[in-house]
Amino acid sequence: MDIYSKRKYLVIGLFSLVAFVIVIRLFTIQVLDSSYKISAASNVLRRVVNFPARGLIYDRNGKLLVFNQAAYDVLITPREMKPFDTLAFCRIVGVEKEELAREIKNARSYSMYKPSPIIKQLSSQTYAVLQEQLFKYPGFFIQARTLRQFPSKMAAHVMGYIGEVDQKGIDNNSYYESGDYIGKSGIEKMYEEDLRGRKGISYMMVDVHNMPKGSYEQGRLDTAASIGKNLTSTLNADLQNYGERLLSGKVGSIVAIEPSTGEILILASSPTFDPGLFIGRERSKNYAVLLNDPYKPMLNRAISSSYPPGSTFKLANALIGLQEGILQSVRYSCQGPSSSPIVCTHNHETPLGLVSAIRESCNAFFWQAFRAEINHYPTSAEGLDAFRNHLLEMGIGRKIGGDLYAETSGSVPAVSYYDKYFGSSHWNALTIRSLSIGQGELLLSPLQLANMVSLIANRGYYIAPHLVRSIQDYDGSQKVLQFEKHTIDAGLENYEMIVQGMEQVVEAGTARQSAKIDSVIICGKTGTIQNPHGQPHSAFVAFGPKINPQIAIAVYIENGVWGARYAAPIASLIIEKYLRGKIAKNRQHFEDAMLNSDLISTMKIETGD
Amino acid sequence: MKSRNNIWLNLDWISVIVYLTLVILGWINIYAAVYSDEHQSILDMGQRYGKQLIWIIAGAFLAIMVLTVDSKFYAAFAYHIYGITIFLLVAVLIFGKEINGARAWFEIGGVALQPAELGKFATNLAIAKCLSQFEFKMQKMNSYLILGALIGVPAILIILQNDTGSALVFGVFILVFFREGLNGMVLFWGFAAATLFILSLLINEFQMLVFLLSISVATYGFLRQSVKETLVGFVSVSGIFGLIWTIDALVGLGGTPFQLLLITTAIVGVLFIVYGIINHIREAWRIFLFFLFAVGISVSVNYFYNNVMAAHQRDRIDQLLGIKIDKLNKGYNLNQSKIAIGSGGLLGKGFLQGTQTKYNFVPEQSTDFIFCTVGEEWGFVGSTVVVGLFLFLLVRLITLAERQRSQFSRVYGYGVACILFFHIAINISMTIGIAPVIGIPLPFFSYGGSSLWAFTVLLFIFLRLDASRTENLR
Repeated sequence: MDIYSKRKYLVIGLFSLVAFVIVIRLFTIQVLDSSYKISAASNVLRRVVNFPARGLIYDRNGKLLVFNQAAYDVLITPREMKPFDTLAFCRIVGVEKEELAREIKNARSYSMYKPSPIIKQLSSQTYAVLQEQLFKYPGFFIQARTLRQFPSKMAAHVMGYIGEVDQKGIDNNSYYESGDYIGKSGIEKMYEEDLRGRKGISYMMVDVHNMPKGSYEQGRLDTAASIGKNLTSTLNADLQNYGERLLSGKVGSIVAIEPSTGEILILASSPTFDPGLFIGRERSKNYAVLLNDPYKPMLNRAISSSYPPGSTFKLANALIGLQEGILQSVRYSCQGPSSSPIVCTHNHETPLGLVSAIRESCNAFFWQAFRAEINHYPTSAEGLDAFRNHLLEMGIGRKIGGDLYAETSGSVPAVSYYDKYFGSSHWNALTIRSLSIGQGELLLSPLQLANMVSLIANRGYYIAPHLVRSIQDYDGSQKVLQFEKHTIDAGLENYEMIVQGMEQVVEAGTARQSAKIDSVIICGKTGTIQNPHGQPHSAFVAFGPKINPQIAIAVYIENGVWGARYAAPIASLIIEKYLRGKIAKNRQHFEDAMLNSDLISTMKIETGD
Repeated sequence: MKSRNNIWLNLDWISVIVYLTLVILGWINIYAAVYSDEHQSILDMGQRYGKQLIWIIAGAFLAIMVLTVDSKFYAAFAYHIYGITIFLLVAVLIFGKEINGARAWFEIGGVALQPAELGKFATNLAIAKCLSQFEFKMQKMNSYLILGALIGVPAILIILQNDTGSALVFGVFILVFFREGLNGMVLFWGFAAATLFILSLLINEFQMLVFLLSISVATYGFLRQSVKETLVGFVSVSGIFGLIWTIDALVGLGGTPFQLLLITTAIVGVLFIVYGIINHIREAWRIFLFFLFAVGISVSVNYFYNNVMAAHQRDRIDQLLGIKIDKLNKGYNLNQSKIAIGSGGLLGKGFLQGTQTKYNFVPEQSTDFIFCTVGEEWGFVGSTVVVGLFLFLLVRLITLAERQRSQFSRVYGYGVACILFFHIAINISMTIGIAPVIGIPLPFFSYGGSSLWAFTVLLFIFLRLDASRTENLR
């Protein structure tokens, strides 16, 4: 018929070939390759995580310090979106139009099909309004999560904050998944496992919008969530608040401990920040501001900073001398060749014994005591070794090991340090004499100072300072936490010598005007620390009452000129407030002065070296 | 009355049954694709399966109407129908409604109509008419121009509507022309160009040149039936390349491998042509011309790809060829589609049990990606049955076309088969990732009145022509 009719076989052949290729390909992806089945399961099976409420935190008297509040994230699936009234939406959620546009753009560039959060942590009030209007915004949906709230703004450093877990946290602990919240600092971090509870997992079938469509296998694989445990902190909220107010306008910190238990009553660092800044829509902006603040408000100076202790260190020096059996009855002259090169500038009796030396804070005495302690051993190296070991026992130069986040070990130079610096056996007590008066290479945290005082107040032991007293179990019972007890048996009469010296400091010594309270016997010690960068630092350590002490305290004020200027009044005000409940009339001018003083605005900012 | 009876007696009921089977299967899968627990009534007119049911019933009336029209009408008014369609295609550009970025729709009383769908059977009619003219000869240059214009005008108008997918369909008429006597070399060169196109996107210019040189030398050796000459060819190419490489390294010119190979190619090319002239070897010229053609294609591909194609078209090709993998955005459709089909396994998850399609992971799953539902719920077996039904229909249509007395009916029949083939092949291939994502519907399956009616009319005109196949139409 026509010469080309055989070409129908070519056409039919082509049709068949394509059909064959399609069938082969179908066989490959449907029967041979199982990876698509796995992808399909991960598409549709969602482990729906039920996040339990995080545990609450109370102060020692049952006052609520941290609780939870619901917040809501707005998510969009860009492909589902229709044009909408952006102005109305912005008005409801309270964002700028530009910000909304930027977030939507980001979401689009992440994925047109997968939901991404565009507005985080809306309050429940905003949520209520938005929820009613949500039908106007196709492609938008809302996810709930809980946030931490702080009834008062105090103890930001102590409580710490929670944030999204980072990759390292996920790698280290299989419990966490991307997007989970974890304690990042403070109690939130140290007690993470108790506070977080255990999340429950249920397997749900979800659609492309992540909307649950039904449970999988009738929920046989699901696990229930258990809520976080409540903590009772050792803090005294009123006292903490008072301490923070006294610190305002100053750079420094306060640590107050109940000596008999090691429970921390106050842990305050200034400048501080509003813990609420880490919550809500502005948190990353706030975080950046805090991080770039030259005064480092996020640094917990009470436990993470270490300073030269200055004259407060003479108490440790005295205790070592007594333990070595040197200072019990010795009298050192503070003038003449024996005290050279450190000569006393104060006007007091000479030669003098330990108690008077503490009262007068006599540099010459403690230099000679130190020399005797070092030379008590055949070589300077062995002497320093023994000296250092005594300090380590007191919790100085090491982490004391309570439950504190970011505790510094401070620094007590070892023999090797000086060997390296001066050469082996090319140094002696004279070379390192600045240690004797708490200057030089010696660095202590305010916590270590407070702990040292606690040891003296207890006359021979301390319990590692800690912030959490008990954890509430599911049955409602309180599990009281136990912390390590360190005993330093130096003989009661020796401790009493130091206590007597400290009592005289307040009664008749360097702190007689600033720290003396009529109704309570306070034992203390001032410190004025030379500071090459500006005004000297002001330090004061104390405990009270003398008999059966209830509180041991260390106050350290940067650039506070001298110990009695700021640190001693603050410490004594806190002791008075704690033991008497109020400030006596004749001391109220101290309170006013402390509350209203402002060192920060006159302070030269150290730009670091 | 007698001829009227003849229609129903002579109608190819096999095709009709296959058609009905496909339409019903399509409806079942649309139901499954939009199914959710909230709305279950089959006749819910607010849902797509409810609407599709209306389209199907209307389509059936349309088919009966098409069958009752006298077959001479289609031949007589082929050019008129074509003319009206062209007019509508122009009108839609001006008055049309824009949906999803394509200005391709007329909206009349809430129903959207797409003139591009008319374009297919109108053009098919016009081509059938043209080819069946007595004085028409396929091999003349003039014929190429006329056929090119018949296809080109609606195709360009549809491209202007921003609906490139539908325009590509018109390319399939080349198969019809082939059946009617188009030189087979055109198909060969077309195929070669397509292969080179894909290859030059996948491999770099150096690899491409190595490939072309190897192919040329091997083909030359094959044509000459000479192992010796093949070896000499390979050795001389590698030798000269090695020499130039050494010189480049010694002098320190720092030429890239591609530049060095280009110089080699030029030298070898000149030597080869001189050798061919001296020895009077005709194959030498052919090979040389083929080589120039291939180099020309691969150079122009890069230009075409980077400067002519739209970004989203580039993306689709990139995703298909695996040049860029982006499962969250540009490759999302393809990836989700493959997951849905792949997860179907051998026997499928069962009716309404497809989690991927039911929970809307696949976009456009009741229209362009309807095959995902087939693949997921009915598995490899169900998919193969559907592919088999389509293939059966196509082969049946070719068989019917071949039994026509008039060339008009035969050409039209081939046109129907080829248009359906293009849609089926491209649509299913794109859902399983062996063709780029081109938005064209799966005939009889995809949701939508326009396309269902267009395919129904397209098919039933041919069945009408076939019912009076003894007539001679021009």
